[in-house]
Amino acid sequence: MKLRSWFLLPTWLWMLVFFAAPFVIVLAYSLLTRGVYGGVEQPWTVEAYQRLIDPLYLTILFRSFAMALAATAICLVMAFPVALFISRSHSRKNFYLQLVMLPFWTSFLVRTYAWLFLLRDTGLVNTVLMNLGVIHAPLSLLYNDGTVLLGLVYGYLPFMVLPIYATLERLDPALVEAAADLGARPLATVFRVILPLSRPGLVAGSVLVFIPCLGAYLTPDLLGGGRTVLVGNLVQNQFTNARDWPFGSAVSMLLMVLVVVLVWGLLRRESEQLA
Amino acid sequence: MKRWLTAYAVAFFAFLHLPLLTLAFFSFNSSRFTQWEHFSLDWYRAIFRDPQLIDATWNSVIVALISTVISTALGTMCAYGLWKYTSRLLTGTLYLSLVTPEIVTGISLLALFQWMFRWLHWHLGLYTVVLAHVAFSIAYVVIVISARLRTLNPSLEEAAMDLGANEWQAFFYVMLPALAPGIIAAALLALTVSFDDYVITSMVAGVDSETLPMVIYAMARRGASPVINAISALITFCFGVLILISEQVREA
Amino acid sequence: MEQTNLEVRQLVKEYPGQRALDGISLSVPQGSFFSLLGPSGCGKTTTLRLIAGFEQPTAGEVILKGEVVNHRKPYERRVSTVFQNYALFPHLSARANIEFGLKRQGRTNFGSRVEDVLKLVGLATKENRKPAQLSGGERQRVALARSLVLEPDVLLLDEPLAALDPKLRKQMRVELKGIQRRAGITFLLVTHDQEEALSMSDQLAVMNEGRIEQVGSPEEVYFHPRTKFVAGFLGAVNWIAGVGVRPEATRIARLPENHGARSSPARVTNSVFLGDCFQVLCQLDSGEEAVAQVPRSFATFSPGEAVHICWSPSDEILVP
Repeated sequence: MKLRSWFLLPTWLWMLVFFAAPFVIVLAYSLLTRGVYGGVEQPWTVEAYQRLIDPLYLTILFRSFAMALAATAICLVMAFPVALFISRSHSRKNFYLQLVMLPFWTSFLVRTYAWLFLLRDTGLVNTVLMNLGVIHAPLSLLYNDGTVLLGLVYGYLPFMVLPIYATLERLDPALVEAAADLGARPLATVFRVILPLSRPGLVAGSVLVFIPCLGAYLTPDLLGGGRTVLVGNLVQNQFTNARDWPFGSAVSMLLMVLVVVLVWGLLRRESEQLA
Repeated sequence: MKRWLTAYAVAFFAFLHLPLLTLAFFSFNSSRFTQWEHFSLDWYRAIFRDPQLIDATWNSVIVALISTVISTALGTMCAYGLWKYTSRLLTGTLYLSLVTPEIVTGISLLALFQWMFRWLHWHLGLYTVVLAHVAFSIAYVVIVISARLRTLNPSLEEAAMDLGANEWQAFFYVMLPALAPGIIAAALLALTVSFDDYVITSMVAGVDSETLPMVIYAMARRGASPVINAISALITFCFGVLILISEQVREA
Repeated sequence: MEQTNLEVRQLVKEYPGQRALDGISLSVPQGSFFSLLGPSGCGKTTTLRLIAGFEQPTAGEVILKGEVVNHRKPYERRVSTVFQNYALFPHLSARANIEFGLKRQGRTNFGSRVEDVLKLVGLATKENRKPAQLSGGERQRVALARSLVLEPDVLLLDEPLAALDPKLRKQMRVELKGIQRRAGITFLLVTHDQEEALSMSDQLAVMNEGRIEQVGSPEEVYFHPRTKFVAGFLGAVNWIAGVGVRPEATRIARLPENHGARSSPARVTNSVFLGDCFQVLCQLDSGEEAVAQVPRSFATFSPGEAVHICWSPSDEILVP
């Protein structure tokens, strides 16, 4: 039926022009030289990539990786029990799902700002603690790695809950009953039967959280002040203030390679497991 | 164990919702500090008196509407085309566009536009924002519509043709109506994703084409202000209502 | 000579690595109830889809009312299909589903036709409901009505009763046959259930591995199968010394029968009570196993008993 192939054409074109071509251009830019007035110019060089090897930048990369890993791990631990809870609530599943999804539907910016509001020196947390007499001067709760981590976890938690829930829903309830029948107590059933079987959901959720966290820009910028510099901030900086487009492009390419390798590796492992 | 799970769930939902609720709560506080003074709508009034905010909101709405229409149309056609005519390359590209960090998408589109402007002598503006938004929204639409397609009877099209409809008629009279709830859901998703976008928009917007997130962000960086609380509450409320309406439509 | 609406000649369908149809030929008499019977994978559904136009044959011809229609699209053939899962349009009411084909033909004044077909299939009261609000049996009637209202030359049915529960299935067999008679339309039914094929068809074709093994009336095919496959597919068979005898024609006696009946000594191995009869399993002295269907009688047989298996020569199934 030829109709179907015509239908793919517009999307092909759009993705070619506005997704594929930009990457080619960024790749090219990463191999050029920084222009005098910003932008890029000849000659072609790999200097941008050589500058990447500097320990300063490698530290930034490493810290971004660690931050994303921490955020993903925390989200996993926090999301799993909730997903379990929802899958076991018989009549109100949709209600709880909507409750989880509602923050996601509202603005990510707003949700990140909420923590700015709560944790700043004149924010709610400090005000309450001072009123209770627990502290006498406001705590500096903002502008550190911990707050950024909190912001990332808070922002991406719904992305972890949904895939896990989806997998738990498809779980055959007979398996849980069989485990109980064979003598497993509830906690053991969770760890030995449910958790292993919900692997696809855990992996999917982890991918959906880890990768945006790796390239996070908004959260570290807003909640970290200028102090927490992650890869996302680095890239943005190169394209605005520092006006070093080749270097920014090189960092972007590195980030993309990491992302592609991660996703591809995980997907292959999952499909191998299924086979 | 059920009791522990329930207790945890309550704590979880509290953690998830309390920050937003406190934000909204204090938007009605007459004082700009977090000591409650008295109820006031001053901050809401301040929104409507700020021309920059009004312009930015208007820009955000226009961009969201236009990009949603385009991305929903393109995405629906794409999902339908991929339904039995699998193209691993296209599917892979769409998924890649989803997992690409926003900052990378943003700078790459900026690079594209700057490169094009060498020849075209155009400038960044609201239209570049629309183009960018469509690019990252299509994948969301394709996912939603594809999921809906999988719930449909695969023989529907053959049945339509069997009864005398040609390929186009089968698509318009059978597939599109059957997909309608999914199309609405996808459009809503594209709308929210577009309206809320900051990172990509900030990279490709022109000087005179600020969107609401850009203005909020600039205000937030200068320091928290109750006006932001009010805007946040309004955005949350509007989108909450929109979601509820769409759920009602989908149930029908 | 009977008029034929539908004919296929030397139909071949190949897929990569598989020859689904190996050159089948059929002639379906007009106004008859014709069945394609066979196990899954035998090519019966493929044949149906080739006739409907959803796929093209690799070789051979599909002939409708004397015309070769190989390259006509489904919407250009006067043939209509009732799908196994009904494929009702979920966003349209039952009535709107039925009207769909008529609207595509550009008709406007079809109210009475729709009323007639609703009555024919027994759906008069539920026409405004959507498929999701109908039961399985009702959905099937809508699917039937939707195709019948177009008065096709041939109505194709792809395992139409498979999705129904057993009791409803038996009831629908009678109804389907009645609908076909009243409508006077040629029905071509595909099924793997031999009871279905036998009870409804005027003629049936038994298929296996892409080929037709036998065509004939239900009685012909059941009592005079031409191959071992056909014999075994249409019912159980006891093969005794190269000759086939069906269990219901197999008798058990303590002494060999006279009056021209054949018999063979055996020993009872098991006796299973099925409610309306006993199935007595025996092992013949020659080593073969046989099942005798014994009606509820006062004679019961216990394992280990020495008996004689008897049958009439007229009940024998001889295959080359």
